[in-house]
Amino acid sequence: MSTIQIASLSKTFANGTRALDNLSLNVRSGEMVALIGASGSGKSTLIRHIAGLVEADTSHHSSIEVEDRIVQSGGRIAKDIRNIRRDIGVVFQQFNLVGRLSVLTNVLTGRLGQMPLMAGALGNFSLDDQRNAMKALERVGIASTARQRASTLSGGQQQRAAIARALVQGAKLLLADEPIASLDPASARRVMESLVSINREDGITIIVSLHQVEYARRFCQRTIAMQSGRIVFDGPSVALTNERLTEIYGSASEELVLPDASDLNGLTAVAA
Amino acid sequence: MTITLHETTIPPVPSRERWGKYIFWIVLAILLAWSFGPSEIYKATGLVTYGSNMGKYASGFLEPNFHDWKYYFEEMLVTVQTALWGTFLAAVFGMPISLLCSNNIAPIWVVQPVRRLMDAARSINELVWAVFFVVAVGLGPFAGVMAIFVNTLGVFGKLYSEAVEATDPRPVEGIRATGASKIHEILYGVVPQVMPLWISYTLYRFEANVRGATILGIVGAGGIGQVLFENVRGFYYAETAALMLMMIATVAIVDIISQQLRRIMV
Repeated sequence: MSTIQIASLSKTFANGTRALDNLSLNVRSGEMVALIGASGSGKSTLIRHIAGLVEADTSHHSSIEVEDRIVQSGGRIAKDIRNIRRDIGVVFQQFNLVGRLSVLTNVLTGRLGQMPLMAGALGNFSLDDQRNAMKALERVGIASTARQRASTLSGGQQQRAAIARALVQGAKLLLADEPIASLDPASARRVMESLVSINREDGITIIVSLHQVEYARRFCQRTIAMQSGRIVFDGPSVALTNERLTEIYGSASEELVLPDASDLNGLTAVAA
Repeated sequence: MTITLHETTIPPVPSRERWGKYIFWIVLAILLAWSFGPSEIYKATGLVTYGSNMGKYASGFLEPNFHDWKYYFEEMLVTVQTALWGTFLAAVFGMPISLLCSNNIAPIWVVQPVRRLMDAARSINELVWAVFFVVAVGLGPFAGVMAIFVNTLGVFGKLYSEAVEATDPRPVEGIRATGASKIHEILYGVVPQVMPLWISYTLYRFEANVRGATILGIVGAGGIGQVLFENVRGFYYAETAALMLMMIATVAIVDIISQQLRRIMV
């Protein structure tokens, strides 16, 4: 059974850039997929389309389905998109937390989609919700920061808070858009480990866009490589060797490989 | 082998930028010359010629007369209370209305009419509003409250919405991605971001409104203005001095309190 089904998706920006070019893709339930590609290859655009945050070009017979429900078709976002979004957690490169709210409140906003308008507006989160939020924070290892303002956290901690928000949301699919691009190597590793753990233990399907292929090889079974809005590689991550990358991207492949890969030698090969 | 010495060239200032600067100063000079006569700037010499008159006036202020201080104090208190309610009502209504004035929240066909309405409320001075409301609701402080409310609502509609338009869209998108409704997006994504600015604007405006409310009494809209006006007109220097000192003290106290509030809340 496919969690995500994408058919002939195209997106042209107002300035004429073709960000997605007739792209089709299937992801099975429970997979952890890496999305690789240089800046501007269309990774973020693809993720934002799956989350129903951006509409595709109208001129194509495109469709995106998540959990057998239509997110958008023919460039029109579904009317009941809010119901579908509840099942899709999104983690962003810039974390997208509300800096002045506490970490706990930020995590609790994951419940808003399931709450009546007034209860949500007044912030009447049930005791169960609050316990679940604390459990999620414990899982990502930052429970002690619950009452701090989100802006006081380090980048890695903020990203883990964002993952906790997706957990509390009860998402079946987690889209992570460059979650480690703004982090130092140690924080990046912990964020990737948190993602692997929720993929393994909760069976949440994960699509994570990455800048460096080493992380894909270490943490994800399957890798999809993109270039100019098209998929140029789709297969087991281990098959995407540096030689293969050079074959696909030419000299541009340097951007996708850590200059000093020994940084990652300390990592356990989780995905192997 | 010859070494070519390469001289560093400094790029010239673009002529558009240079001319823009000249044109600014020329236009300013023309406008000032044009306004010189009508605003009677030529009378500035009188400041020296009639200096002795001003000295006499000023010396009257050196001996303020506080014999009626209880009455002054009561009127001053009413003035502050008028400003407080006017500002509070403007803040309560200004918050939702400012969202309707914000291009990143409301559609253009809502933003434009609401903004023009706010322009109208703001461009008519509170003293003029007070004249209207004295006719509508009768003499007294309530007319003053309404005048401050309407004028300040226009100010808040603009200032609050500028804060809303300057918010970072990413946290809002983070909330949206959880499946939250538009109202939740605003309450959890926008409001926490603009709160510090909204509070600052409100406190600053409260200070300004206390100042503004001190003259509303002139048209019968309550407060200390009435007393001040009578004393100025009657050349009671000592009493006028006492009143002005009380106003200065009040504004200073309001300033100190609002600064403390800002420190706690922002």
